[in-house]
Amino acid sequence: MADSPSMADAPSMTEPRGGIRLSGVSKTFDPEPARGEEPRPVVAMDGVDLHAPQGRITAILGPSGCGKTTTLRIISGLEEPDDGHVWIEDDEVVGPDTWVAPEHRRVGFVFQQLALFPHLDVAGNVGFGLKRRERRDRVPEMLALVGLEGYEKRRPYELSGGQAQRVAVARALAPRPRAILLDEPFAALDVSLRNEVRAEVAEVLRESGTTTVLVTHDQDEALSLGDHVIVMIDGRAAQAGTPEEVYRSPDSPEVAGFLGDANLLIGDVRAGMVHTAIGPLKVDKSTPAGRAVALVRPEDLDLEVSTRGDGRVTEVEYFGHDQRITVLLDGSSEFVKARLHARRRFEVGARVRVRAGSGQGPVIYPMGGPAGKPADRLLS
Amino acid sequence: MSRFPALRTAAALVALAMVVPLIYLFIRAFQADGSLLWSARMLQMTWDTLRLAVTVTLGSLLIGGGSAWLLERTDVPLRRTLGVAAALPLAVPSYVGALAVVSAFGPQGSAFGIPGLIGFWGAAVVLVLSTYPYVLLITRAALASAELTLESAARTLGSGRWAVLGRAQLPQVRAAVSAASLLSALYVLSDFGAVSILRYGTLTRGIFLQYRSSFDRSAAALIAVVLVGLTLAFIALERLARGPVTPARSANTAADRRVRLGRMTPFAMAALLVPTALGAGVPTIVALGWLNRDGLQGRGTDVLGTAAATSFGLSMAAAVVAVVLCLPVALAAIRRPDWFSRTVETAAQSGYALPGLVVALSLVFMTTRALPFAYQTLGLVVAAYVIRFLPEALASARPSLAAVDPKLTDASRTLGAARWSTARRVTFPLVRGGLVAGGALVFLTAMKELPATLILRPAGVDTLAVRVWTGASEGFYAQAAPAALVLLAVSALALIPAWKVSGSSPKAAVDG
Repeated sequence: MADSPSMADAPSMTEPRGGIRLSGVSKTFDPEPARGEEPRPVVAMDGVDLHAPQGRITAILGPSGCGKTTTLRIISGLEEPDDGHVWIEDDEVVGPDTWVAPEHRRVGFVFQQLALFPHLDVAGNVGFGLKRRERRDRVPEMLALVGLEGYEKRRPYELSGGQAQRVAVARALAPRPRAILLDEPFAALDVSLRNEVRAEVAEVLRESGTTTVLVTHDQDEALSLGDHVIVMIDGRAAQAGTPEEVYRSPDSPEVAGFLGDANLLIGDVRAGMVHTAIGPLKVDKSTPAGRAVALVRPEDLDLEVSTRGDGRVTEVEYFGHDQRITVLLDGSSEFVKARLHARRRFEVGARVRVRAGSGQGPVIYPMGGPAGKPADRLLS
Repeated sequence: MSRFPALRTAAALVALAMVVPLIYLFIRAFQADGSLLWSARMLQMTWDTLRLAVTVTLGSLLIGGGSAWLLERTDVPLRRTLGVAAALPLAVPSYVGALAVVSAFGPQGSAFGIPGLIGFWGAAVVLVLSTYPYVLLITRAALASAELTLESAARTLGSGRWAVLGRAQLPQVRAAVSAASLLSALYVLSDFGAVSILRYGTLTRGIFLQYRSSFDRSAAALIAVVLVGLTLAFIALERLARGPVTPARSANTAADRRVRLGRMTPFAMAALLVPTALGAGVPTIVALGWLNRDGLQGRGTDVLGTAAATSFGLSMAAAVVAVVLCLPVALAAIRRPDWFSRTVETAAQSGYALPGLVVALSLVFMTTRALPFAYQTLGLVVAAYVIRFLPEALASARPSLAAVDPKLTDASRTLGAARWSTARRVTFPLVRGGLVAGGALVFLTAMKELPATLILRPAGVDTLAVRVWTGASEGFYAQAAPAALVLLAVSALALIPAWKVSGSSPKAAVDG
């Protein structure tokens, strides 16, 4: 890990201020070891630098166990980092000599399991963070915002999943927090409900103009909801940018592999071409020559049925709007996936020729550095 | 960096307070004449105690386990009513049962001229009737939550009816049966009132007589140590016999799967009703009979009122103290379950296994040696109740505290409520029910406590239990009867929550 690509988004003096900033935040847990086992510390955050811009929705995307929930708990003050700084709207809330208790940070939190107070009704939950005299006006206002007028007296167990979700958001937004944090908030919902609730909540959050940080392992959710996406891998912020930036030009094969299907092909770069198992692909002239990993998204590939092809179809996954075809390349154990229009027909076992489609060209990651570089590791 | 240092310190202090008195008992026992340990009398008392414990445990398993099977696995009618009735003897303290036996059948009472119901068989009958409801409740719960699908699965895998019983049913209730047996055995080991009234010489009676009748209190301490050793042996035995504890699953007893009793139905109903009638009906009727014959004299009501007030005050104090003290122990165990908090929790529960007499003697030796100002005070009686019944408060408080999702307190913090405000607005409302139930249980159990009260009470102080005991042991049954009736009524209150729990489905709890 020591020489993995340097982290984007380190705060500097030139960067826009406001929002939420983390600098060098580290956190290691020491779980109680199981009987007869050595204690094994778990590194949840390993020097995380990140910035969630003011008033925008930032999605932190990462595999489970990458430290994204810990990041939220540290921003809210529910967990204390071993090291590092946290600023909320340029107030330092965590530092070597600074510690602001969670109740004084004014940061709303929507938990994965929602954590509605079972002993309080909807109005009691939404009004929990408000002073007594504020409740009369603000509670109905919040319920109107999330479309739950008339639900004041309902108990949490009397609500549907989507309604409980909206109550949790209303409760977090009611005290006008400086930021709101959502920890996998839609994971507990049925798939059928998820898209609808997700859109509703996004609208409420955008309308309120609150700085939002959302944590998810679902790339569709991150890419569609976030104005800004941060990819977290192994306790580090591996890349940050707009959804298109992180999808189209990932900083490392690892990030690419996590964000959607990725064909990672080893090849040689020579004179503006990368020569791979599927033949030469055009690359930027300035790309240095040598061995490299080429990232090609499945939607940027095309297939052609041909007896003289360079591979054989092993799987056809039909999605209705399109399909994904898996091809085993001749003379290797490499699989290539292509995403094509649903109307074209491919049979399992058919011989096909793989070639570049009309989309974006490959992204190149040079290889051959010291052992253990991400590109090598991923392909070993 | 150690988390929750204050909480863990408090929990450790509570646990120490529960265990330290025992140290003084051992110190005192070492001063006794060691040859006493192998004296014929000691061996006789130990043998008699063991004999009674084993007999009572077997009797309880037979009656309690059989009743549980009838209620859970057969189509016996009026199951709810019979189930409630079968648990009724829980409300009868063993010494009240003994009072009924001795005053009705004993040499002085001998109302019906039936001799021989004192001594071993008298004690065995009274104690079986006192303990079988525990076995019934525990094994019934285990049978109810045993998975019938497992039984079906065993059938489809080729096991016959009897193989199913052995390979699918018994393993599921084995842990429960084992725990219930231990409960019965410990009950017998710690019982003092019934065996004393029925003049059967167990170790507890030996301790009491030794303590009262001679200047050599060290000998009493030595007998108490033998009793503690016996208790620990039973606990260790149960650990071995228990086997793996299977987690309880959902109940799914379908009516059509029950064994059809047919012409056996009246016998099954009788089998369920007779123990109840003997265990709860007879003591009540006998006490009412004495009251009816002699009535309540003017002075009698005064004395009874004072005793009731004393019982109430002492038990109330014990309930409050026990609930407060169990909180740090429960919280420490929940927040950070490691060897430290587990040890603390086990130590805090030692009162569950310690007979009341042992606790009382330990406190006597501790105060006379280290805290003379506390000797013969009401505070010491409360301390004994707390040591003895803290496990009951803990058993009730701990699950309700553990059920509070830490995310709820997290949510409260992020909504601007500080630690204490969170405790007041979120945690307390959620655990109030469990704490009140735990306190109520301690209160009701403390009302019935006899041996520790007898030893520790300041001169001239009477509780209801002491009134029953004095009346019964001196043959003034009419004096004992009203106090016994009050105790029966109070103890019956303790059964209400148990009925509620067993009678309501989770859905009803939500809808209500």
